[in-house]
Amino acid sequence: MSTAEVDGGQVGPTWRERLTKASPVLVLVPSLAASFIYIFVFTIWTLYISLSNSSLLPSYDFVGLSNYVSLWSNRRWNIAYSNLFLFSAFYIVGAMAIGLLLAILIDQRVRGEAMWRTIFLYPLAVSFIVTGTVWSWLYNPVDGIQMLVRGLGWTDFNFALASDRNTAIYAIIITGIWQSSGFAMALFLAGLRSVDPDLVKAAQIDGASTFRTYRKVILPVIAPIFLAVAVIQIQFAIKTFDLVAALTRGGPGISTTFPAIYVYDLMFQRGQIGEGAAAAMMMLAALAVVLVPYSFYVVWRRRKENRHD
Amino acid sequence: MTDATIAAVHDREAAIAGRRHLASRTIIYALLTFFALIYLAPLVILVFNSFREQPEIAQNGLIAFPRSFQLSAWADAWSTYCIGGTCEGMRRNFLNSLWMAVPATVLSTALGALNGYVLSKWRFRGSETLFTLMLLGVFMPGQIALMPWAFILGKLGLTNSTYGLILVHVIQGISFTTLFCRNYYVSIPDDLIKAARIDGAGFWRIFRKIILPLSPPILIVTVIWQFTGIWNEYLFGVVFTSGREQPITAALVALTASGTNVRAYDVMSAAVLIGALPPLLVYFFGGKYFVRGLTQGAIK
Repeated sequence: MSTAEVDGGQVGPTWRERLTKASPVLVLVPSLAASFIYIFVFTIWTLYISLSNSSLLPSYDFVGLSNYVSLWSNRRWNIAYSNLFLFSAFYIVGAMAIGLLLAILIDQRVRGEAMWRTIFLYPLAVSFIVTGTVWSWLYNPVDGIQMLVRGLGWTDFNFALASDRNTAIYAIIITGIWQSSGFAMALFLAGLRSVDPDLVKAAQIDGASTFRTYRKVILPVIAPIFLAVAVIQIQFAIKTFDLVAALTRGGPGISTTFPAIYVYDLMFQRGQIGEGAAAAMMMLAALAVVLVPYSFYVVWRRRKENRHD
Repeated sequence: MTDATIAAVHDREAAIAGRRHLASRTIIYALLTFFALIYLAPLVILVFNSFREQPEIAQNGLIAFPRSFQLSAWADAWSTYCIGGTCEGMRRNFLNSLWMAVPATVLSTALGALNGYVLSKWRFRGSETLFTLMLLGVFMPGQIALMPWAFILGKLGLTNSTYGLILVHVIQGISFTTLFCRNYYVSIPDDLIKAARIDGAGFWRIFRKIILPLSPPILIVTVIWQFTGIWNEYLFGVVFTSGREQPITAALVALTASGTNVRAYDVMSAAVLIGALPPLLVYFFGGKYFVRGLTQGAIK
C-alpha cells in the first residue's frame, strides 16, 4: 500500500476528477444526439412516409413503392428533373466559365483588386429571394429590359424570357449564373494564388505566352478546384428552391418546376405527403450519387498526397 | 552592328511591347468594368427605384435614371404597407428574422466551438468517425427534414413561432459550425494543450484560457456564415410560419406575389432592400472573413 492512499484516504479518482474526465464526451453528447436524429432518424422517417399511403396527413400504412411509381409516371415530375439536368449543365458551365475568366482577369495584377472582388461577390451575400425578385422585375416585359430597349428606339424588341414557358428556364439559368459566378471566381482565384510562382516563371522564361502559360501550366495544377466547384454547384442545383420560388414560382404553367418545388407543392399545397416524401428521397439520392463518389475521391487524393510528403 | 543600331532595335521592340502591354491592360479593365456593371446593375436599379415615385417608374420603366425623388417608399415599406390584409410593413418580419438569426447564430456557433474543441483536442476512440457522420448534415437537403420537423414542432407547440425556427436552424447549423471550428483548432499545437494539462488545467480551463483567446478569426467566420445563411433562408420560414410570424424572406415573396393592383415598385424595392441590408452590411464590413468562410466551407 502506498503512503498516498493512506494519507489521502482515496481509492481511485474522485467524483470531480471523473466529471472532468467525462466532460469532453458530455459536451459532445447533445450535439451528437441532435445530429444523429436530424441526419438518420429524419431520413428514415421520410423514407417511411414515402412508402406509406400518407395524403393530407402522415399515415403509417405501408404501401410499398406505389408513391415512387406514381411519382415517375407524373408528367410534372418529368419536367422537374429534365429542368434540373438542363439547369445544372448550363449553370455549372456558365458560372465556372465566367468565374474563371474573372479570376484570371483579377490575377493580372490589376489595380483595385479588393474592389473588383467585392463587386463580383456581393450577390452571394443576399438571398435568392432578393435576387429572384429583382430579376423577375427585369424580365418583366412591361417594365423591365424590354421596355428599356424599346425606349432606346428599338421599338419591336421582344424580351419575354421569363414569361414564355419554353424559355423561362433560361431566365433562371442566367440569374443563377449571375448570383454564383463570383463564388466560382473566389475559389479559382484562391487556386491561382496557390500555384507555385517558380512554375509560372519557368514557363515564361521558355517564352510561353500568357494564354499558353494558363492553359498548359496553371490550369492543370488547379484541376481539382474545377471538380470541387462543379460538385458544389451540382449540389446547389439539386437543392434549388428559393431562386425559382421568387423568380417564376414554377411557371408559366408548370414549365419551371424543379424537384424541390415539386416536393413543397405536393407536401403543402396538394396534400400528397407520401408522394412528396418520395420526391424528397429522390433529391437525397441525387445528392448521394454526386457526393459519395466525390468524397471517396477526396479521401483517396489526400492519402496519395500524404504518401508523397 | 553599331551600338546605335542595337539601341534603336531595342527601342522599337520596347515600343511594340509597350503598346501590346497597353492594349492588353485596356482589354482587361474593359472586361472587368463590363462585368462589374452587370453585377452592380440590379442593386443600383433597386436603390434608384426605392427613391423614385411610382408614377415616374410606371412611365419610364424600372431601368431608368431617377427623375423624381421621395423617401416615403422606405417609410411605407417599413411600417405601413399591406401584405395579405395586415398593414404593418416589413418591420415585424424584419424583427422576426433578427430574433431568429441572432440567437440561432450564437447558439450554433457556441456549440460548434465546443464540439470542434473536443473533436480536435480531446479525441477518443471513434471520435473521427463521429465527426465524419456529423458532416453528413452539411449535405442534407432541407426537404428530407420537412415532415419530421413539422411533426416535432407541432408536438413541442413551436409551430408558427420564431423559437421553432431557432431550433431548426441551430440543429441544422451544428454540422457547419463544428466543421469550421474543428478544422481550425486542429492547427493549434497539441503541445500547448499538453503543457497546460501538466500544469493542472482541466477541460474547461484550457478552453477558456487557451482555445478561446485563439478563436476570434474562426468565430467571426462562423458567425458571419451562420448569420447570413439563417437570415437568407426561405424554405423553413415559409413552411413552418405564416403571416405575421414569417421571417423577412417569406414575407418578401408574399409581398411581391400580392400584385393584383398596380405594382408598387417603389415600396417593393425599398422592402427588398430592407431584407437585403443586414447580410449586405455584414458582407461589406466583414468581407475578408465572409470569403474565408465561403472557401473553407466549400472546399473542406
